[in-house]
Amino acid sequence: MEIISQLFSALPGSVSQGLIWGIMAIGVYITYRILDVSDLTVDGSFATGGAVAVMLILNGSDLWLAMLLAFLAGMLTGAITGGLHIFMGIPPILAGILTQLSLYSINLKIMDKANQSVNVNQTDLLISLRWVKEFALHNPLITVGIILVLLIAVLYWFFGTEMGCSIRATGANVQMSRAQGINTNFNKVLGIMISNGLVAFSGAFLAQYQGFADVKMGQGAIVIGLAAVIIGEALFGKIFKNFALRLLSVVLGSVIYYIVIQAVITMGLDANMLKLLSAVIVAVFLAIPYWKKQYAQRHMFRKGKGGAENA
Amino acid sequence: MLEIKNVRKTFNPGTINEKKALNGIDLRLEEGDFVTVIGGNGAGKSTMLNMIAGVYPVDCGSICIDGEDITHLSEYKRAKYLGRVFQDPMTGTAADMQIEENLALAARRGKRRTLRKGITAKERKEYRELLKLLDLGLEDRMTAKVGLLSGGQRQALTLLMATLKKPRLLLLDEHTAALDPKTAKKVLDITEEIVEKNQLITLMITHNMMDAIRVGNRLIMMHEGQIVVDVRGEEKKKLTIEQLLQMFEASSGSHFASDKAILSK
Ligand SMILES: Nc1ncnc2c1ncn2[C@@H]1O[C@H](COP(=O)(O)OP(=O)(O)OP(=O)(O)O)[C@@H](O)[C@H]1O
Ligand SMILES: [Mg+2]
Repeated sequence: MEIISQLFSALPGSVSQGLIWGIMAIGVYITYRILDVSDLTVDGSFATGGAVAVMLILNGSDLWLAMLLAFLAGMLTGAITGGLHIFMGIPPILAGILTQLSLYSINLKIMDKANQSVNVNQTDLLISLRWVKEFALHNPLITVGIILVLLIAVLYWFFGTEMGCSIRATGANVQMSRAQGINTNFNKVLGIMISNGLVAFSGAFLAQYQGFADVKMGQGAIVIGLAAVIIGEALFGKIFKNFALRLLSVVLGSVIYYIVIQAVITMGLDANMLKLLSAVIVAVFLAIPYWKKQYAQRHMFRKGKGGAENA
Repeated sequence: MLEIKNVRKTFNPGTINEKKALNGIDLRLEEGDFVTVIGGNGAGKSTMLNMIAGVYPVDCGSICIDGEDITHLSEYKRAKYLGRVFQDPMTGTAADMQIEENLALAARRGKRRTLRKGITAKERKEYRELLKLLDLGLEDRMTAKVGLLSGGQRQALTLLMATLKKPRLLLLDEHTAALDPKTAKKVLDITEEIVEKNQLITLMITHNMMDAIRVGNRLIMMHEGQIVVDVRGEEKKKLTIEQLLQMFEASSGSHFASDKAILSK
């Protein structure tokens, strides 16, 4: 009973975190599912978003301007990864790792030290974990919820435009796209930029939510993003066919991920084991389609043999 | 009009895998030319089409379409002049996208892709009419994912996509080879219909000698990266497979090395 009531009181916080990371997960969805590229920039660009936003806020910038600049900074990191891939021929995974590594230094430079805090008592913020149970606009559930609805609407529109369709085509079939006159290199860079813009935007929200930005705040972000994508698809893939609903399922995947994590912690799991647990869960879910295929093949093989015996 | 002058291509130069794929290709296609291309395995047929399409850069020579030099234009830029259908039905379409989305992508070949709608209601109507002409029942499945279609349906769709915006040149690389005989015939019929209707300059690689003789107004044969036979008009129509093989042996000094072609006569 104790545990359930603890869980219940932690719920608004878990859902808030899930929504904030959901923005990042949408970014991961764009590269991983739409562009068919595994982009590891995110661990760095997430922290870049947080760092840029916190430093601007500390210097008295308008809050939404800080969010916008965090988004643009994220796009810039994506442009670097895209550029390393397109102009220097480096495979996307490696290009992302290189950017991620260099961002560690850059984020330290932006913040001047490893950690910078923004105190809600001294500075005005868009959201804070302190307000999760308040019925007001600055409750993270409400602010981030509204932003997510707007974001999904804009992305739904964008991926239905000529340009957006050509990005989807690039991810679906590069050869066909080129044959249809699509600049696939440009599209890949653009897609990675949009993705990392969203990731940094999410980092900027998280920094305000937790009251600080940290160079390590993005560590393992890619795994959380993948977990959200995979959980969302596993649970809602059959019913959510529409593109906007698919994005929504990614966000729901992220929320569920955080509720589960919270539950596991409440039940007494050592918090240090969390990253291991996340990695194992993602690994298993990534393996499921492969196992399914193997199983189906073996099944077919047996059936084939059975047929021959009967003949 | 397509004009290819002295195009050469060597793959992996300077290594033990060095392969001279094109050995000085000269070819001029005029309005109304529908050229079938035959030749043994590795003769350089696909490479020639890939050079025209800009898949790889040429080592030397030039390629012009309507007088414009496209030799150094990137693949996606010269796509506005070209319609292409590939041997593998998977290559020409995006499996994860809907039939109508694939068509809408093709309708914008050569145009800048803006923030306007990716597909309009008016287009949907047009596509429905065009799909009806294929007579494959695709007009009722316009929002189905292309991955659900059969190989033949996908090739017919790719053909439609390649010619939706009238290209200056249609490039077909054994586009019926992966299909069963009945479907192959259907797709070839559709090809002839579309080429006839749009009066397209066409290069069609085939392994089927009968088709090569029957279809089109001109036939070229390739061997070791060169064009060794080029017949057209009346002379082409009267060709027999035996004559063709003789011509090949006379001009190349070797036997026609393609089991597939012999078998399919
Ligand atoms: N990308 C490539 N890299 C290396 N070698 C290649 C490449 N593409 C083609 N070749 C080689 O160039 C030669 C010509 O190949 P090409 O594909 O043009 O032949 P083809 O006439 O189309 O034959 P097929 O009838 O088998 O399709 C072959 O020896 C082939 O191995
Ligand atoms: Mg070939």
